[in-house]
Amino acid sequence: MRLSFTLNGGSVETDVAPGATLMELLRGLGAVSVKDGCARGDCGSCAVLLDGRAVTACLLFAGQVEGLRITTAEGLADEVGLHPLQQALLEAGGVQCGFCTPGILMAAADLLEREPEPTEAQVRVGLAGNLCRCTGYVKIVEAVQDAAAMMASATPVAEGEEVGHG
Amino acid sequence: MGEKFEVVGHNERKVDGTALVQGKPVFVADLPERAGTLHLALKTSPHPHARIRAIDTSAAEALDGVALVMTHENTPDRPYTTAGQGYPEPSPYDTRMFSPKVRFIGDRVAAVAADTLETARAALDLIHVEYEVLEPVLSIDEALADGAPLVHDEPLSDAWQADRNIAAYSEAVAGDVEAGLASADASVDVTVETHYGQHAPIEPHVVSSYLDEHDRLVLVSSTQVPFHARRIIGYLLDVPVHRIRVIKPRIGGGFGVKQEVLLEDLLALTTLRTGRPASMIYTREQEFYASRTRHPMRVRMRLGADADGTIQAIDMDVISNTGAYGTHSLTVLSNVGSKTLPMYNLAPNIRFIGRAVYTNLPVAGAYRGYGATQGQYAMEVAIDQLAGKLGMDPLEVRSKNHIREGGTSPIFRELGEGREGVEQTIGSCELPACIELGAERIGWANKRGQRRREGSWVYGVGMSIHMQGSGIPLIDMAAASIKLNDDGSINLAVGATDLGTGSDTVLGQIAAEVIGIPLAKVIVTSSDTDLTPFDTGAYASSTTYVSGTAVRKAADEVRGQLVAAAAEMLDADPAELEVADEQITAPDGRSVTLEKIALRSLYGANQHQIAATASSVPEVSPPPFIASFAEVAVDTDTGHIHVLDYVVAADCGTAVHPRLAEGQVEGAVANGIGYALSEDLAIDDRGRARGVDFGRYKIPVTLDLPMIETVLVDSYDPTGPMGAKSIAEIGINAPLPTIANAVHDATGIWLTQSPYTAERVWRALREEGIDASEV
Ligand code: FES
Ligand code: FES
Repeated sequence: MRLSFTLNGGSVETDVAPGATLMELLRGLGAVSVKDGCARGDCGSCAVLLDGRAVTACLLFAGQVEGLRITTAEGLADEVGLHPLQQALLEAGGVQCGFCTPGILMAAADLLEREPEPTEAQVRVGLAGNLCRCTGYVKIVEAVQDAAAMMASATPVAEGEEVGHG
Repeated sequence: MGEKFEVVGHNERKVDGTALVQGKPVFVADLPERAGTLHLALKTSPHPHARIRAIDTSAAEALDGVALVMTHENTPDRPYTTAGQGYPEPSPYDTRMFSPKVRFIGDRVAAVAADTLETARAALDLIHVEYEVLEPVLSIDEALADGAPLVHDEPLSDAWQADRNIAAYSEAVAGDVEAGLASADASVDVTVETHYGQHAPIEPHVVSSYLDEHDRLVLVSSTQVPFHARRIIGYLLDVPVHRIRVIKPRIGGGFGVKQEVLLEDLLALTTLRTGRPASMIYTREQEFYASRTRHPMRVRMRLGADADGTIQAIDMDVISNTGAYGTHSLTVLSNVGSKTLPMYNLAPNIRFIGRAVYTNLPVAGAYRGYGATQGQYAMEVAIDQLAGKLGMDPLEVRSKNHIREGGTSPIFRELGEGREGVEQTIGSCELPACIELGAERIGWANKRGQRRREGSWVYGVGMSIHMQGSGIPLIDMAAASIKLNDDGSINLAVGATDLGTGSDTVLGQIAAEVIGIPLAKVIVTSSDTDLTPFDTGAYASSTTYVSGTAVRKAADEVRGQLVAAAAEMLDADPAELEVADEQITAPDGRSVTLEKIALRSLYGANQHQIAATASSVPEVSPPPFIASFAEVAVDTDTGHIHVLDYVVAADCGTAVHPRLAEGQVEGAVANGIGYALSEDLAIDDRGRARGVDFGRYKIPVTLDLPMIETVLVDSYDPTGPMGAKSIAEIGINAPLPTIANAVHDATGIWLTQSPYTAERVWRALREEGIDASEV
């Protein structure tokens, strides 16, 4: 089956076996930040952004992404440097083994897109689908709020006031 | 004390962090697959106890794409242990690659290596096995019953009494415990039982293998013990150690379960037999039922005390369920006593008796806490019960009795890791500060004993205190090598295994501190048996203390060489030179940079490689200490426990990297809360584990946990590198007793069986006559 979609800003055209999951497809394409922690939708370590929304790639068929835009942890940093979420996770100590980290980044990016200044409770709800066995989540939750603050202060004030929700 | 550090004690950026947040290919399964790689799949036993009468693999072998089928008929029949421990391992050699007798649901029957995983799995279904089903042993009591079926009926010389299903035995006695109990003013007698839990690292076991250009066997493994893996595979498959290389890349968590040599043998044999690369990843289900678990235990604790609260006698009787094989059976068992009893060292009368029994149930092994979790559960609940009998505040009973700086315990000498222990005097203990700070932060004075109610919810606070060790004295050994590069940077090579804890960073900080360079100038390489010096591995809370000491010693030597070279260059007295900020300075202000020293030593005068290798074998194992506090709410309608607040005050000596140290405590406590409340392998009455996926084996998610708070108290251990002790394991021991004690404060019930499911709590509440209508 022929498939075309956008992966981390670049267009991809590839053949894919019917029945292959999106996780298998992406890992096969070298996007190995998409981690297989359970292959049944329980752990969130395979999360990717599909048109900006976090989804578990192990539960989707590859064929379902035809024409869509996919972002993985590999695509989060830009030329300028690490994404604020990546920076904040590093600074706060939210990375231990790092196996859950790509999935957490995706879920958090989705959350901050919808809710730029989340409360602790909102962060916890936003990350409820991601298992981390190392950290106890304390520093991950803090990091997401730190990243939100970083992103808010990077936004020009006037613009921030205009687009702010209120 | 009072030493000022430039790098140690600072929250430096984790050396592998930038790669990890970008999702770089750093884990075993991320590395590019080699051409011709075979994929392995495993057939496991559907019976808890059976003999394989016949096994027919012909159809599987005939399947297109199948390269090798392994069973007990064509693999080495050599007894060994999967325990990744020092040599000789204190675990019985009761395991074979494949055995003609299967001993639990999940035991190995056959493995297939094929071109694709699909083919390998399809081939498993074509293997025909004829079983003679045997009566299984499905509990501690069944194992010890007269005439019980024998889990190991083969000749087995190094288990304690295989003919009575006893894998291991351990005891220690000081004074006269019966006399001490008889003369006590107050006594308690409590028995706790713990259940099967699993480590559940998010990355399952994964190994790949290939032959290098010299036909040497290379194993790339998510292991905590690369050097033990090399030795054990060499022994098992009769391959000289020099023909094997084990590489450990990043690991996605281990918590003890990767201290087992669990898959390496299958990969090694496949590659040796076929000449082809191979790879294998445990499925999540296999990770749950066919890897390793925490030993379920029954621990009876009897305490006797004077009316003023001074503990006079401690009697501890332990039965541990090691499952089908005895990996870590003896050492976890002795640790139940050795990490629990020294805490209350005023008691002159102590007795510890422990037995580990074989059953036809999942195999237990090393799991963060390593027996301390079960032992301290019994002890810390018993202490609260004792406080109740004495009418004293539990804080006061603990403060009166706990070990202090300068103190010792006969248990240190009596109980070692499978052999005699090592005497030691406590060099640092900030428990009084931990208890005080924790109590203040949780609001002990205002909340304890209040039984505040809101609707059907009642509230309470509880606490417990804990210790662990820092490595295994006179057994663990770690080495580190440092060499200087042209630009004044160093390579630090350690056999120590960073399994996600951040030990590469911590060890790099220690080297950077001694040599006077920033962490960014330290290139850390960890765990490649060809490239890094020996280390027993990442277990027993050893890395910061044992490996850290090796790093400090190697760095000291390199520093000495740098100073000698600088003295030549500056024509100064080496004793007067100062090392800091990447340069060495004479009292008159003249200085040379490390880069200049490096260039001179590599290319100029007196050419030589500035480098050193040093080893560390600890003579003691200084315990870290914590005081753990929680506030809980219990729903008297449903039995549901909600952990509202959790505080740990910790003495880990110098925290080399405070944020990573906090992270160790928080992660361990989170794992402990999960084990206490919701995680359960849920073995059914046929011996099958039911909780084999994350849907049923519920590890905590963000919504299940409060913001666990860690307070690191000022402390400095005179024997540790820069004053450091361990911190990684200790936190996991706390939630079982802390939550049980908090629930008692809220409701008056004692939770002596884990996990504290809503149903179990609800029943206990009803038995106590407590229900929602009372509110
Ligand atoms: S691998 Fe997709 S949710 Fe676990
Ligand atoms: S950091 Fe290891 S699983 Fe999250």
